Amino acid sequence: MTQNTPMVEVRNARKSFGHLEVLKGIDFSVGKGQIFALIGPSGSGKSTLLRSINQLETLNEGEVWLDGERVNLDIQGMAYERHINHVRQQMGMVFQHFNLFPHLTVLENITLGPIKLKGMAKAEARELACDLLAKVGLADKVDVYPSRLSGGQKQRVAIARALAMKPKVMLFDEATSALDPELVDEVNAVMKQLAAEHMTMLIVTHEMRFADEVSDYVIFMDGGVVVEEGPPAQLFRNPRQERTRQFLRKHLSA
Amino acid sequence: MQGLDFTVLVEYLPFLAWGAWWTALISVLAGFLSFGMGVVFAVALLYAPAVIRAPVAGFMWLFMGTPLLLQLFLIYFGLVQIGIDIPAIWSGVIGLGLHYAVYNADILRAGIASIDKGQTEGSRSLGFGRLQTLRYVVVPQAVRLTLPPIGSNMIALLKESSLVSVIGIAELVNAAQLGISSTFRPFEFYIAVAAIYYLLNLLLEGVLALIEKRVEATK
Repeated sequence: MTQNTPMVEVRNARKSFGHLEVLKGIDFSVGKGQIFALIGPSGSGKSTLLRSINQLETLNEGEVWLDGERVNLDIQGMAYERHINHVRQQMGMVFQHFNLFPHLTVLENITLGPIKLKGMAKAEARELACDLLAKVGLADKVDVYPSRLSGGQKQRVAIARALAMKPKVMLFDEATSALDPELVDEVNAVMKQLAAEHMTMLIVTHEMRFADEVSDYVIFMDGGVVVEEGPPAQLFRNPRQERTRQFLRKHLSA
Repeated sequence: MQGLDFTVLVEYLPFLAWGAWWTALISVLAGFLSFGMGVVFAVALLYAPAVIRAPVAGFMWLFMGTPLLLQLFLIYFGLVQIGIDIPAIWSGVIGLGLHYAVYNADILRAGIASIDKGQTEGSRSLGFGRLQTLRYVVVPQAVRLTLPPIGSNMIALLKESSLVSVIGIAELVNAAQLGISSTFRPFEFYIAVAAIYYLLNLLLEGVLALIEKRVEATK
């Protein structure tokens, strides 16, 4: 693998739900350690795009690559299952509604993947989980069930769960949208910490200030196309497109 | 008129205990079968391709639409004719187990369908396959959710296990009938057997309550 292989690459991504075309040919590539923010109004296709990177949505056309490996291979049945399960282990995903497993403790949520998918010993997995929980500031919540946690705590556990698989890239799908405003910062802080550690990240977000602060590159989508892209300094403070300016006016004043 | 005399039971107590043991054994085996097959049927109905789903649905429809007594007769007396000779005890377990598997499957299917699809996405995004996701994430939650109605089915199963007396298994009812045939005291024996069923169900309810309490801790 050469130094220049992008960590994530998307080429000509097209996707329709029935007659509704939600992605109309998207291209971008994310270098190792880069942090991409995907912004845009609801229905712009940014979540669909993010979900198609780990194949929770399948593209009708186009290619997705992860670290030199084709993600959306054109194969069927068990062969596809094996392939996609292998690829997904290398991508962490964090959801708007956390999707923690309520029947498992915080520890079990984090260790389920490493133990069952990677064959990690229980003791080793526990140690890993405790390290990650310390990192997200929840060392004291090892043995509690998710129902006892606040939204912000749940999301931090979800991040720890994804990190436990030692992913090459982290995908954040509106990770703070479902949180009470006062809980947003604790999750953002964890994401900033990951950014400082040069984790490759793709972040779908409605928080322009956070995107501005944390990302290296911003993609503004609307109506299934990339309207404008560039470094945050340019896109947020000197947008070229009228559509971008309109969108930012609405969202920065809010 | 003959007076009531429960002392006749004393002599037959080991006999009744033996019957209670068989009732418990058959119920436990059939209970596990009804649960295991219930999960299998429910998953098949929800996720299997039509070639599997259609026969499962047909089988369930047949088992739900016909009496358990008839099913037991068919399995024990009927199948022999086509060369399948299943011992009485296993005929009883299979008949009872499959009969209640159908009811459990209906409940579990609704339970599985009610689990938020975010759970599946969370699991799949970690790299778990379809079956692993069902096994580790979806089915355990569906089972916790449907525990009370499944528990009711188990209690019904324990009581309905009395029907296997008709294919000659020496369970409680059969033991009572043998006792009656030599003492001519049906009232005493039936009352005694009713009390034993009641005690067995108390025990079962206790176990179910324990399980529910443990599950409650996760909420």
